[in-house]
Amino acid sequence: MIRTWAEINEKIAAGKAVVLTADEIIDYVDRKGLDAAAKEVDVVTTATFGPMCSSGCFLNFGHSTPKMRITEAWISDVPAYCGIAAADVYLGATELRHNDPANVDFPGDFKYGGGDVIEALVAGKKLQLFALSYGTEDYPRKELRTWFDINDLNQAIMVNPRNCYQNYNVAVNTSNRRIYTYMGILEPNARNMTYCSAGQLSPLLNDPCYETIGLGSSVWLAGARGMVYAPGTQHCPSAERGDNDVPVEGAGTLALTGDMKQMNPEFVRAARFKGYGVSLALGVGIPIPILNADILRRTTIRDRDIEACCIDYAHDYPQKTGRVLARYNYAQLRSGQVSLNGKDVTVSSMSSYHKALKVAELLKAEIRDGRFLLSQPAQLLPREGTLNGLAIKGEPR
Amino acid sequence: MNTPLKAYLYFPKSETEKPIICHLIRDFNLDINIFRGKITPDEEGYLSLQISGDAQDIERAFDYLRAFNVEIHAGAVGLMWDAARCTHCGHCTAHCPTDALHFGDARTRTMAFDETRCIECLACVTHCPFGACISNF
Repeated sequence: MIRTWAEINEKIAAGKAVVLTADEIIDYVDRKGLDAAAKEVDVVTTATFGPMCSSGCFLNFGHSTPKMRITEAWISDVPAYCGIAAADVYLGATELRHNDPANVDFPGDFKYGGGDVIEALVAGKKLQLFALSYGTEDYPRKELRTWFDINDLNQAIMVNPRNCYQNYNVAVNTSNRRIYTYMGILEPNARNMTYCSAGQLSPLLNDPCYETIGLGSSVWLAGARGMVYAPGTQHCPSAERGDNDVPVEGAGTLALTGDMKQMNPEFVRAARFKGYGVSLALGVGIPIPILNADILRRTTIRDRDIEACCIDYAHDYPQKTGRVLARYNYAQLRSGQVSLNGKDVTVSSMSSYHKALKVAELLKAEIRDGRFLLSQPAQLLPREGTLNGLAIKGEPR
Repeated sequence: MNTPLKAYLYFPKSETEKPIICHLIRDFNLDINIFRGKITPDEEGYLSLQISGDAQDIERAFDYLRAFNVEIHAGAVGLMWDAARCTHCGHCTAHCPTDALHFGDARTRTMAFDETRCIECLACVTHCPFGACISNF
């Protein structure tokens, strides 16, 4: 142990912490050597920006007069879940607008959905609430329609069950027709590939064994001071890993929460995928405390040392065959071209390295200025556990 | 011959039945490359073009067009890249055939749009998840 969490926070509070981004730390350690750098650097900031479908928010509207126990609600025509207390709703990022034709006329355009509502809320725009109820003696109102913005809400809390996938698939389509996926449009005969990770900047790729990021960790969630509240859904630490302990597939995930009233609209962005649906792209930054040289060494991971599996989204992905067509590292993927079965394939990203870099820099500045303290996890993320599939079973006798 | 000029033209309802482009070529010695267009009788229409020719001929041709109440957007393409909406993921780079959309700064992976290279195929409009590329018509 070189330093403790408490010592790092003391230095941050005094404005004396040495903070570098996960991008900068690579050359820095190359230049200084691991042990010397570990003595100097207190925190490395990691970040990612990309579509994270398992995102949404709890909103509390306060009570109308007379009161209403909302049982159905639409925000700008996007349905919100009301199976909770009277004036609370949960709005999910991938919810479609009421009457959206979806893929009836394939491929659908998916022009507006939950992600758009969340983006508009954070941007301070006015939205329409329409709500219905069956009416009770204590909550007699049965219908309301009103306009509101985020400042009118008592709470707007983003609660995302699965963000920050540790690593992700590279998608390709080997069939002879175009396919429409959440990884973008994939042209036939493997004409293009897409990937979605910040690679060497990505939080869980810089802490591959979950030594510092855990439940209760402070995170920068789209500019708000958020936190990790649980292992993300589908957290699967037992995924295959390389010699450097870095997974070559999805693996770990984080469940994140943060106050939307503190968020910066630049990092909360609705996304739509033709023929697939709507989503929400978020910017997330996570600081890694350099408690020892080994933790620092992990943060010096480079794109070329992180591999991802190329999966055929025309067949192997939907049918869960488990077949992997190829593996590429992120340096190859970022070059924009890789080879599959001897053929050059154009590659592009669904995740923005540019915005991730910006998040890492913003978080670095906040820590350097003493405005962002780290928090030691109350509980570490599980390091064991697999992912179950869903068996389609008959009714039990 | 000068550098080709890009322009897009709006046609009012009344002018969509006239063979205006034919005259631009025949009477003003211009080479016209049509990127895309919609000219339907009794409806407003547009044409997005690349025009090559002598500067004086182009000016004379524009005067000719103005006489028909055609709205001329000289030097502009009918495709707008909204830098503020762009998240710089670079997904479009795989689909832009002329590299009009490209990484302007490789290190920070900052996107840039070179209007002069855009041929308005609109692939970016289809592929951008964030609506950063918008067709003007």
